[in-house]
Amino acid sequence: MSDTLQILDPSGKKVGAAPRLKADTLLRMFRAMVRTRAFDERCMKLQRTGRIGFSIPNRGIEAVSVGSAAALDIAQDWVAPHYRDFGIMLYHGVEAEAMMDNMYGNAADGSVGRQMPVHFSFREPLRYLSISSPLGTQIPQAVGVGMAMKGRGEDGVCLTTFGDGSTNTLGFHSGMNFAGVFGAPVIFLCQNNGWAISCPVEKQTASEGFAVKGEAYGIPGVKVDGNDVLAVYRAVSEAVKRARAGEGPTLIEAVTFRMGGHSTSDDPSKYVEASEFKEWEQRCPLKRFRTWLIHEGKLSEEQAMAMEAEADAEMLAASRVAAAKPKPALETIFNDVFETMPKHLRTQADWCIGHYSSRGEGVDEKGEFPL
Amino acid sequence: MSELTMVQAVNDGLKSIMREDDTVLLMGEDVGPKGGVFLATEGLTAEFGEERCFDTPLSEDGIVGVGIGLALNGMKPVCEIQFQDFIFPAFDQIVSEAAKMRYRSGGQYTVPMVVRTPYGGGIRGGLYHSQSGEAYFAHTPGLKVVIPSTPYDAKGLLISSILDPDPVLFMEPKALYRAFREEVPEGVYTVDLSTVREVVPGDAAVIYCWGAMVPVATEAARRIKETRQQDVRVVDLRTLMPLDEDAVLQAARECGRVVVLQEAPRFCGYASEISALLAEHAVESLEAPVRRVTGFDTPFPNTLENYYLPDARRVMDAVEQVLDF
Ligand SMILES: Cc1ncc(C[n+]2csc(CCOP(=O)(O)OP(=O)(O)O)c2C)c(N)n1
Ligand SMILES: [Mg+2]
Repeated sequence: MSDTLQILDPSGKKVGAAPRLKADTLLRMFRAMVRTRAFDERCMKLQRTGRIGFSIPNRGIEAVSVGSAAALDIAQDWVAPHYRDFGIMLYHGVEAEAMMDNMYGNAADGSVGRQMPVHFSFREPLRYLSISSPLGTQIPQAVGVGMAMKGRGEDGVCLTTFGDGSTNTLGFHSGMNFAGVFGAPVIFLCQNNGWAISCPVEKQTASEGFAVKGEAYGIPGVKVDGNDVLAVYRAVSEAVKRARAGEGPTLIEAVTFRMGGHSTSDDPSKYVEASEFKEWEQRCPLKRFRTWLIHEGKLSEEQAMAMEAEADAEMLAASRVAAAKPKPALETIFNDVFETMPKHLRTQADWCIGHYSSRGEGVDEKGEFPL
Repeated sequence: MSELTMVQAVNDGLKSIMREDDTVLLMGEDVGPKGGVFLATEGLTAEFGEERCFDTPLSEDGIVGVGIGLALNGMKPVCEIQFQDFIFPAFDQIVSEAAKMRYRSGGQYTVPMVVRTPYGGGIRGGLYHSQSGEAYFAHTPGLKVVIPSTPYDAKGLLISSILDPDPVLFMEPKALYRAFREEVPEGVYTVDLSTVREVVPGDAAVIYCWGAMVPVATEAARRIKETRQQDVRVVDLRTLMPLDEDAVLQAARECGRVVVLQEAPRFCGYASEISALLAEHAVESLEAPVRRVTGFDTPFPNTLENYYLPDARRVMDAVEQVLDF
């Protein structure tokens, strides 16, 4: 990876200039990565034991999420994310419980149990745009969010994240083009994890990776080792600086690997060689950062282990609290379609509530995501 | 003959026609070695090679646009859109291009293409893995819309769609993919497009339905028979465009009481078209107002999906209303 920005090599040795970050920021980053892993593992267990319907493995991409999150100033910046980015929320103080509310689809969920698990919506503590399943749709929206800030003379930027496969969508191309033309303060972060479900990168594009795709849109492209949290931080913070200075958008390709199935419904052993997982395990983003932090004397082995145990306990507790919360009320099927409920919907809502409270017959609650 | 689920019947249909017609190609996201996210194309790359069953980049617009080009030039592409909810980037290619090619070129260019796509709820898929968008497409002149509800029909209708000279949107009710098995003949056979299927005989009332709502209607008819000893006919429309209007009108005239059932939202849904057809041409035979049982006019919820989707009880209530009118 010669043209790829790297600061820590896979063994945790510093091979590039480390960004100047305070010790507590470094520890906050590490802790967010540990918590991302713990949240992910807890969700996998919950899904395997039938407690939640679905999850999207985040194993292996902790550095991309957390490194990019740490480069943002959430007092002014926005995120237009895809679904594989638990670390951005956890770094910026979204409570694990609030995320578990979404995994369970309970009444406290930000989308009120309307969306599938991993489709988060947060306005506080950061503007983390409601996640959509149709891929790439958030990309041009991020450009509009950025243009609004630029138009008002504000310094905010919008980070938008998406997978390698999603660079094939209409949204990616129109978003990149508009951002180039309008000089929008947007960071396009492509999480190149090698796969779009079962489709390897070679089948998605004939170009040399994804960073080069900026060139035709007049947008600088940067390739970074996505398992190196310091390198991701450096690349994103430089892009943020450019955007704040009015120098426009940047495309960043973070090269990483999906250390599991696409989702809990996918069996990657059908199409990913076991040796590939082994190889990438050697480049584990957590291990690498941990080794370096310990070597630098910023973290002790005991501290790290305590953090890991604490994160596991935190996620278990959060899942128990979320599991105990009630389901959304029937009325929530009908709210938020419009600001004011039109008459025909009011009629349907009243009918629905009346029907299910008087019919004297249960509702079949089964249903699972089979894909 | 073998007992197949619907998704196996789709697979068998594709395989059978590909063995006989080497212009048939399959393309889409993950349809290759993985065999599709629902395994509808499992084993087909192994049998027919990557030239005839291949993964595409993640672009629905590309899948259908390229499919049109292949169809224009001698091939019979079967494009898979992974979920009907993700078809909208290809809406332009389907609605503006495939559906209008024959008309705008005075018949010089035609698009014998099938777009297959799983649709509908019942899998806890929330807003974007559950929708029933048949009305958007049935509203498009030049496009056929086919929805099977049994393994036998899935295979026969799919082969008919592939052999059809016009573009067909083939919507597969994913809730029924593995719901039950049925005897399915081996090799190529067809089921005529534009014919309805009588699922349950009866003349006290008729329920029109399609796709995943067919077993729901059937269960409602069974329970009505049990509780009221009345025979309610169930008719599976299965080809929404072109619709067998004569069969629809005849059933309404014979039964006199009608319920139309769909899982899609109510407003401007396909059930509205059936209701209008009956109002225009069968009103003199109707002994009760036509009742629609539908999803609500909201996006598709996740946790409460089984309160959104019509179930047998909701259908029974509507049938009792028309029976007792
Ligand atoms: C428009 C659209 N088409 C298809 C899908 C189905 N789908 C969900 S995830 C996925 C692969 C995405 O790959 P990538 O963009 O690389 O992201 P990753 O899952 O690897 O993080 C596909 C095809 C979708 N959600 N949206
Ligand atoms: Mg990917």
